[in-house]
Amino acid sequence: MDNNIIQLSQVNKIYGTQIKTQVLFDIDLGIKKNSFNGIIGASGSGKSTLLNIIGTLDKPTNGQVMINGVRSDQMKKDELAKLRNETIGFIFQFHYLLPEFTAFENVLMPHFIKGQKVDKKMDARAHEIMSLVGLEKVKNNLAGNMSGGQQQRTAIARALINNPSVILADEPTGNLDSETTEVIYDLLRDVNKQFGTTFIIITHDRRIAEKTDRIIEIKDGRIFNDFTRR
Amino acid sequence: MKLAFRIALRFLTSSKGQTVLIALGIAIGISVQIFIGSLIQGLQISLLDATIGNASHITINADEKNAPINDYTSIRATVTSNHSEIKNISPTLTRGAFIKVGDDVEQIVYRGFELIEADKIYKFSDALVEGTQLPEDNEILIGVDIAKDFDIRIGDTVEIITPEGDIYENKVVGTFDLKVSSINKSWVIGSLTTAQMLFGFTSDQVSAIEMQIDVPFDADVLSERMQKESGIDDILFNNWKADNEQLLSGLSGQSTSSYMIQVFVVISVVLGIASVLAITVLQKSRQIGILKAMGINDRLSSQIFLLQGLILGILGGIFGIILGLGLLWSFTKFALNPDGTPVVPIYINLSFIGLSGLIAVVASTVASIIPAIKSKKLSPIEVIKNG
Repeated sequence: MDNNIIQLSQVNKIYGTQIKTQVLFDIDLGIKKNSFNGIIGASGSGKSTLLNIIGTLDKPTNGQVMINGVRSDQMKKDELAKLRNETIGFIFQFHYLLPEFTAFENVLMPHFIKGQKVDKKMDARAHEIMSLVGLEKVKNNLAGNMSGGQQQRTAIARALINNPSVILADEPTGNLDSETTEVIYDLLRDVNKQFGTTFIIITHDRRIAEKTDRIIEIKDGRIFNDFTRR
Repeated sequence: MKLAFRIALRFLTSSKGQTVLIALGIAIGISVQIFIGSLIQGLQISLLDATIGNASHITINADEKNAPINDYTSIRATVTSNHSEIKNISPTLTRGAFIKVGDDVEQIVYRGFELIEADKIYKFSDALVEGTQLPEDNEILIGVDIAKDFDIRIGDTVEIITPEGDIYENKVVGTFDLKVSSINKSWVIGSLTTAQMLFGFTSDQVSAIEMQIDVPFDADVLSERMQKESGIDDILFNNWKADNEQLLSGLSGQSTSSYMIQVFVVISVVLGIASVLAITVLQKSRQIGILKAMGINDRLSSQIFLLQGLILGILGGIFGIILGLGLLWSFTKFALNPDGTPVVPIYINLSFIGLSGLIAVVASTVASIIPAIKSKKLSPIEVIKNG
């Protein structure tokens, strides 16, 4: 239990006030530090809602969410913003870069938000991460002028820049061809090994899911299957 | 704040067409405000100048009609030393009389002045049509209309008949046009000493002391103060405002309507910017959502839009001032009287223009409050869920 970076207890999520739709039912889930986890499930099963609750973008209707030993479900908005900025990195299915900024600026954005200047060390780190994801050549392109794969790699570099403890990814390769998908997963795996970053990845792709340490299958808002590879 | 500014600036520069359009909207509003404001101010100043520019602002009279003011030099000296606001001061002796040319007799107003002082108020030298000098003793200037009616030429001698029936001969040394027909028809201007001799005043008596002050609109307050401080019972301090109430109420009505127009222009600018900025929040909601997911707090997310409003206001203000000045310039070039002078002389009031620029900045920042609140309320999950 102590080894868990994320701990959900009895988490429920109900949408709507008049017509209530319960999406998550009494979820108990612990995620170990430095682990590489996959969440699978049919669409509408509640896996994205679960990920958003873990990422503090959404609040549980009831239940507890602990991140790094702190209850996030009781935090104020500004505290959550700081927590997201410093502890969590997001990779979304649709890249979600800022099209007004270059790839390099997008990567550095979480660092800017942290309120810090880009010193030589930070500049070097940004360049290192960008070369790690193979973006050296396009770093000064506006985010809108890059291919889907490049954009997704930029999003990954951005998720890494503040050296977060957890990276949450919602179908990060859903839009990409299978070859690029493979490359991206290898990359995430590398990051996990190299920096010890905890990963929780939603995926439709069973082949990808099989590469993770643990597969959590969600069905109708409940954990249907939880399989850890040894 | 720095990051908010950076993002705001990038949002604006990434959609240049839209930014230019909004700034232009503000600019046009502000230029209209500057144009109307300056036009009305110019109109009022020229109207006032025509009314009181060449007239007395405060006049000291005896409290009894036609009675002389005694010891005017000491009154003048006291008033002048006590009030630095006085710009020009001139004693005058004004009496009704008759002018006789051949068999024709016409009623006139004989005005005796210390001409060098009076010239500063009435600008006789500028109004001279014929002749080049101000009259000395036993010489007079006459209005152009009297000259025309009686066919009087420079160098002619005319007879002045006082109410008491005394007749004196004066030499005409010039004619003037003070642009007011009743004056041109009736005024005869001579030296104070001649007038004193004509009407049986001693050298220490005049009928009035006229003055102009730095701020004509202070005339009522100042005249009241002068009256109190003078300590002399038998003289009265009259001011132009008391005699021109209709003009003043006309002017204030004009100012009010000008302010109303300006206020509505500014309101429409504010509403315009607010609605466009509100749309940009929708346009940028995806970006705001991503930024919030990455950890910008609510304050920073609203600052982005406030700063956009501020930047647009500064841009719009600068364009607006340039455009407004351009409008004023073209007005002075194209709206002309037959003689080539502008219909309304434009008055450039720098502090008014500065204020208009400031209004642009404040208005557009205020207009960005609603979008800023929207941005603050935007939840990242809406963006993430809906794509």
